Amino acid sequence: MKDNDIKRLLYAHLLCIFSVILSTFIPSLFLERFSILETHLTWLCICSVFVTAVNLVLYLVVKPNAPSKRSSLSHKVARFLKCCIYFLMSCFCFHVIFVLYGAPLIELVLETFLFAVILSTFTTVPCLCLLGPNIKAWLRVFSRNGVASIWENSLQITTISSFIGSWLGAFPIPLDWERPWQCSLTEGRCLHQEKRGGTLSQIFTYGCSIKTTKVWPISCTLGATFGYVAGLAVSPLWIYWNRKRLTYKNN
Amino acid sequence: MRLGSGTFAACCVAIEVLGVAIFLRGFFPVPVRSSSRTEHRAEPPAPEPSTGASSNWTKLPPPLFSKVVVVLIDALRDDFVFGSKGVKFMPYTTYLVEKGASHSFVAEAKPPTVTMPRIKALMTGSLPGFGDVVRNLNSPALLEDNVIRQAKAAGKRIIFYGDETWVKLFPKHFVEYDGTTSFFVSDYTEVDDNVTRHLEKVLTREDWDVLILHYLGLDHIGHLSGPDSPLIGHKLREMDSVLMKIHMALLSKEREALLPGLLVLCGDHGMSESGSHGASSMEEVNTALVLISSAFERKPGDIRHPKHVQQTDLAATLAIGLGLPIPKNSVGRLLFPVVEGKPMREQLRFLHLNTVQLSKLLQENVPLYEKDPGFEQFKMSEKLHGNWIKLYLEENSSEVLLNLGTKVLRQYLNALQTLSLSLSRQVAQYDIYSMAVGTTLVLEVLALLLLSVPKALGPAAELDMPLSSPLFSLLFYLTLLVLSAVHVVVCTSTESACYFCSVSWLAAGGAMLLMSALLCALVSALPKTVVGVKHVGKSPAPSSSRWSELDLLILLGTTGHVLSLGASSFIEEEHQTWYFLVSTLCLALCQEVYRNHFLSSDGDPRGGLHTEPGPEGATPVGAKGCALLEDDRTRAAASAFKRLGGTDQRMVLASPWAVLCCCRLLRALNQTGVQGAHRPDLGHWLTSSDHKAALSVLAALSLLAVFLLVQRRCSPMSKVALALGLLGVYCYRAAIGNVMSPWQRGNSDISKGIVEARFVYVFVLGILFTGTKDLLRSQVSAAGVPARTVGLWEIHSGLVLLAALLLRPHNLPVLVSSLLVQTLMAKCVWKPLNHGVAEVTVMHYWFGQAFFYFQGNSNNIATVDVSAGFVGLEHYVEVPAAFLTTFATYVGPILWASHLVNYLSSESSSHSALRRACFCYALICSIPVSVYIILVTSLRYHLFIWSVFSPKLLYEGMHLFITAALCIFFTAMDQTKLTKP
Repeated sequence: MKDNDIKRLLYAHLLCIFSVILSTFIPSLFLERFSILETHLTWLCICSVFVTAVNLVLYLVVKPNAPSKRSSLSHKVARFLKCCIYFLMSCFCFHVIFVLYGAPLIELVLETFLFAVILSTFTTVPCLCLLGPNIKAWLRVFSRNGVASIWENSLQITTISSFIGSWLGAFPIPLDWERPWQCSLTEGRCLHQEKRGGTLSQIFTYGCSIKTTKVWPISCTLGATFGYVAGLAVSPLWIYWNRKRLTYKNN
Repeated sequence: MRLGSGTFAACCVAIEVLGVAIFLRGFFPVPVRSSSRTEHRAEPPAPEPSTGASSNWTKLPPPLFSKVVVVLIDALRDDFVFGSKGVKFMPYTTYLVEKGASHSFVAEAKPPTVTMPRIKALMTGSLPGFGDVVRNLNSPALLEDNVIRQAKAAGKRIIFYGDETWVKLFPKHFVEYDGTTSFFVSDYTEVDDNVTRHLEKVLTREDWDVLILHYLGLDHIGHLSGPDSPLIGHKLREMDSVLMKIHMALLSKEREALLPGLLVLCGDHGMSESGSHGASSMEEVNTALVLISSAFERKPGDIRHPKHVQQTDLAATLAIGLGLPIPKNSVGRLLFPVVEGKPMREQLRFLHLNTVQLSKLLQENVPLYEKDPGFEQFKMSEKLHGNWIKLYLEENSSEVLLNLGTKVLRQYLNALQTLSLSLSRQVAQYDIYSMAVGTTLVLEVLALLLLSVPKALGPAAELDMPLSSPLFSLLFYLTLLVLSAVHVVVCTSTESACYFCSVSWLAAGGAMLLMSALLCALVSALPKTVVGVKHVGKSPAPSSSRWSELDLLILLGTTGHVLSLGASSFIEEEHQTWYFLVSTLCLALCQEVYRNHFLSSDGDPRGGLHTEPGPEGATPVGAKGCALLEDDRTRAAASAFKRLGGTDQRMVLASPWAVLCCCRLLRALNQTGVQGAHRPDLGHWLTSSDHKAALSVLAALSLLAVFLLVQRRCSPMSKVALALGLLGVYCYRAAIGNVMSPWQRGNSDISKGIVEARFVYVFVLGILFTGTKDLLRSQVSAAGVPARTVGLWEIHSGLVLLAALLLRPHNLPVLVSSLLVQTLMAKCVWKPLNHGVAEVTVMHYWFGQAFFYFQGNSNNIATVDVSAGFVGLEHYVEVPAAFLTTFATYVGPILWASHLVNYLSSESSSHSALRRACFCYALICSIPVSVYIILVTSLRYHLFIWSVFSPKLLYEGMHLFITAALCIFFTAMDQTKLTKP
């Protein structure tokens, strides 16, 4: 029973990872000059849509939690609307937090908001799918030792790793990403970064980067994406290794 | 000997300050400077020496050349001219070098081989030491005596085309200039075309005496694709044609002029095999130097191996060539071949001038200059020279004159060489030995601190420091012996001067004693700690003492910050790191608050789901170990939550968000760092004269808020004093014209506000005095803890008042929000959540750092607000000005540390809390310094060592000093507590 569950979890997560990967390749077939870094905002939208879709499909197919008692259409619609509102609210919440963290208040609003959207997609959407618009359940899952199934456990892991990913993603921001060159005022000498070949050690030594465009959310969104994917990949394995130790209230 | 961990930490930080001071002294050697460096009055040139009859030649010798053209090619390595590349790509230059009337040298540049210090070296003849970073803080102009300044003073007209650095270094010195920026390294044609395009016109004109051209293209190519790129060949060919053009023009001019012209081709630094520069490899250090003039003799011999000279020699040679006094700080010597063709008397005169200048410099910098062999030689040759002049004036036979003259000449050249050598020894080298001594001290202290963590943070917060046993151990004496042997060997054999060798034997011996004692203490502490850790590891299940998210964040943040110090951009933008960490801290606290809230509101703590509670009394391991065990604490906090009323609970829930908003607003107040410095910020908006009214209102409101926040815990008397003091602050700002004054409208005379400022100082001292009195009273009488708390708070409020006076008016909101955040955090977060001492200490440290940057500071020396040092002083007085400036700069860390003392002594139940806090504070401050010292040592040839790393090093050293003072304050507070019971 349990091994079977873990297998299902693994497949579901592989599908999610696949959707993220797909979102980087499919659009280039239809859109010209598409690349993650150049047309970053487009990619953010597409990735968000893909991941949401896959999550919804998974929710409908796998049905990890017990079906609710009332299944009338109006109830379903109300539930869906509630989910949408929750999603939007989480987007705004994240946006506010980013601004509090130092993101510009007025300029680059769209970028910041799309970052909030993608982070909500990685964190809120799976929660909504799995737990529904039920604050109590969320609190239970995210308070320590409150998980009740492997699904919730993996949810916890992916959410936290997405957050950590975007948090770590903010670190490269001071590394002169806004400037095409690194310049020291005293020496009056400048070093163009391209000549350095852009290896990591040189980026660290010279504080140069390869981008010349304004790239505010890129490092954070990429961090979030990597965190999400890593969480997806790691959580089934982690659960598998710790399956002896994990005991859930329900089973 | 048993020591409280606070005392122990204070001692450790004091030793660390000593270590850092030695390191800094080694890192910034004091450069050779003439004492009359600031005054630019022309001294009369040294007259020709003569015995008996006085010489008739007391004026400066006339110039040798009418026009001088300096072609400086950035990164012109010696083999680009003299090697195979030169033969291939620079045929004209090669022809001149081999067969023409020229002298060629390999000029050796001293590290750092970066353009600006090299230009300084070429023009002043001095070696800009690393201490120059501090000395001429941020004035870009070159204040030292230099050839350009001398030439301008002598009425020479100088034209410059090329790298903009020159224009910054010598503003208003050129009659005509066109600076090119070297921002875009990928551009290697435009930068040079911008220089060459002027040539055509300028070379036909007659209205200049000195022409300086600085070509950047070669260096850019080097950075782009290295010294073996085919682009180098093209560039060299282009340079060759430029040189030919100039040479031809000079030759054609010479027909009309009396004196010949001089063409100098030189490089500022070399190019390493990878195409960069900055360090001290042979390729980077050796540059080409070719002097071309028709005055020189054509030498048919092949000069494949040019003589090695110093880069600094060019300044003296140029000065002589142009008939100018040699720059005062020049350590270079005249390139003798230049004057070889002149009559003997002139040759001797030139050499004499140079020797006199060098020996003067030696007299001013070396205390025992009379013992210096160079000086002795100088005296001897001067005497001989006098004899020669006497003979010359008596018109003796030319045979005798020539023989004696040659002898004097040789004497002079020897003297010059010795003098120049002993002068250049003094500078421009990192004093590695002193640096190593300093680093050893710092690292030993850090290791000792780390090893004593479990003991010092344990329940007793006491340490056993065996002081007597190491004194009798073999290891101690062995180490001492080895160290002294090393000291003797290094000091007797060293090439360059070394600070640690020049201190008295007693001081050096003391430092070595300290080093070996520390080593012994380390060795004795090591097994104890290991045993202790093993013991702890065995008895309880190690997993039970789980770290909370907060501890993890603190650990991660500290590590991340320390590692980020290795990258120049992270240092420039260090404020971002701190803002980020503080925001994250707020979010983590928020999460903790909410979890506790929901745990308590749920009513049933999910006891069954919790892991088994950890055993009590286990000594937790690690820096944050003194925190209570997580589960117990969570439950305790949750129950504490339940006890809070509804309003209080809401306050607690909102406070992290309030703090977060506060921080975000402060961030917009002062843009700092390098990337953001140019962005508009509230601070600039407020200080512009259009918004004086807004600034006045803001300042008044801030002062009011400060009063409201501080007064509630003061005694009535200091309340009044505080109110009057804050009023005085406003009056002071109104008097010096920063804010509008409500009572003298229209009166626009701006005084220095001395009276107002001193009025405030009186109240500051008064409040501090009252506080101290309360503290002392709490010791002797039975008034006890309440008086103590009040006394501490009064000291805190005295510091706040001083800060309010010194901070600029637009920074007063920083002070207010600092007080607000302190109040909020203490009341609504730390107290209800029951945080451990270590956690609270680290949070205070983080907030202190963040407020350091909120106030507009950065890791650049330019942002230090020097005006704070003049508040209430008629004129500059060194000690108070330094104290006030330091206080104003480090207001954030100081106020937060003082709040920490207040919080712990009023809230904490444990009597050892202050001691542990002191230990934690010392540890958390000394980790970055120690790591940074190592990083800087390994990056000492980095391109940005001057501009980025060195200022940060100074900031770190100062911060450690402040920390030491704070730790002593902590310990003093703790002592008063201990003697009481």
